[in-house]
Amino acid sequence: MAEFLFATSGFVLLTVALGLVRILRGPADADRMMAAQLLGSGGIAALLLLGAAAGVDAVIDLSLTLALLAAFATVAFVKFAATPARGEARADDAA
Amino acid sequence: MSTALDIFTVVSVAAGALFFLAGTVGLLRFPDVFTHIHALGKADNLGLGLVVLGLLPQVNGLLAGLKLVAIWLIVLLAGAAVSQMIARAARRAGPHA
Amino acid sequence: MIAAVNAGIALLLLGLAIWTIAARDTFAAIVGFVAYGLLLALAWVALRGVDVALTEAAIGGGLTGVLLIRAAAKLRATEAASNAERPALPTRLAAAIMAGGVTAALALVVLRTAGPAPTLAPEVAANIGATGVANPITAVLLAFRAMDTLLEAIVLLFALIGVWSLAPDHLWGGRPGARYRADPDGILAYLARLLPPLGIIVGFYIFWIGADLPGGKFQGATILAAMWLLAMMAGLADAPPVSRRWLRAALVAGPAAFIAVGAAGVGIAGAFLGYPEGLAKALIIVIEVALLPSLVLTLGLIMAGAPERTAA
Repeated sequence: MAEFLFATSGFVLLTVALGLVRILRGPADADRMMAAQLLGSGGIAALLLLGAAAGVDAVIDLSLTLALLAAFATVAFVKFAATPARGEARADDAA
Repeated sequence: MSTALDIFTVVSVAAGALFFLAGTVGLLRFPDVFTHIHALGKADNLGLGLVVLGLLPQVNGLLAGLKLVAIWLIVLLAGAAVSQMIARAARRAGPHA
Repeated sequence: MIAAVNAGIALLLLGLAIWTIAARDTFAAIVGFVAYGLLLALAWVALRGVDVALTEAAIGGGLTGVLLIRAAAKLRATEAASNAERPALPTRLAAAIMAGGVTAALALVVLRTAGPAPTLAPEVAANIGATGVANPITAVLLAFRAMDTLLEAIVLLFALIGVWSLAPDHLWGGRPGARYRADPDGILAYLARLLPPLGIIVGFYIFWIGADLPGGKFQGATILAAMWLLAMMAGLADAPPVSRRWLRAALVAGPAAFIAVGAAGVGIAGAFLGYPEGLAKALIIVIEVALLPSLVLTLGLIMAGAPERTAA
């Protein structure tokens, strides 16, 4: 079982890395904003599998932290990267 | 019983990994931001969801199981909200920005 | 199989590091850096250092990423001009030689180290019973090396003062960052209402388990500060003006309590930050509880940025 979970962890990591390369190349900033989200889900899946394979229970707490911070980081990416250079007040982007 | 649970884990985790693969194929093959968001959603929702489902029999105790489900729900919620925000940002930036 | 996965992580780390340095677009480089931080957390898990992984994920991934993206957003207007400028070949060669030289020197030092590195781990393991906490990392940070942790908390305060000092004179004492107006039906406002309750529970949980398992105040405070900033970005909360007395008091309360406990140690246990027999765990908890609110405010305000609006 541990072998299988290890292998799957590596596989998920590889697919996420490939997707990341595509996203990072852009060209649109919106593509790059997806990176934190892709890493949030894919990285957490790889992490959980790695932790289950190695028998490290604390990985679940780590993943919980990552899930929250990935959500926060993605919002910040969209919010700040989409902001015009002037720091003036403006309406909610998501309106 | 434990063999049955192990088989369940293997099937579910493997199916989850397949969705991550599908998401990546979508990112590589689809043409623009909006279709990329579509591909990413598959990996987020089903990929992580099936991995979490498959790992549920392998964790120790109820609390750990609940935390696993909470991780998936947080990623789902954030993914759904953020996809909308990214799509709006992309639309405002125009088709070639 | 395990070796293959580990080698894959190492290769990915190197690839991402090179990509981050090579990327010319600032935003792309920042995304690469955040991805690098997450991968580093994964590597620490593979090395069984979950404590470090948690800190890396919280500080390296979340916090630093947001600080960098804010800086990049401010530089947007001038980025095209600076990208068009290409330094002359000698300048680039000199930079490459210097950076390569530092890397080579570091590699040489690491590779030439003979035998296992000196370690205090056996002594820590032998004396951990005296502290009453089960997580050796927490024991080291708050008992054996408490001075480092105290100084870290104080350094964060200095960092915040540094951020504030970027404010123009007429806005000094005002509110940090831009004011985001809330759209009550917007998706961001929805997320900012649903996520923080969960995040606050998780933040306190990570803080509380720090005594026995990987976790602790810095990681918990990062999560709580992130939830605060999420509410700010959604326009549901506003940052307080930095001139408020209660804010200043709350910012220094944590480090002040730490120093007070340390000073009391001089009288009771005979050393600064010495804990009397049997009271170590109780005092560690007092320090951690006192530090948490100060850290949340400090980290949140560092991310919120310099004052940009008047206090009104």
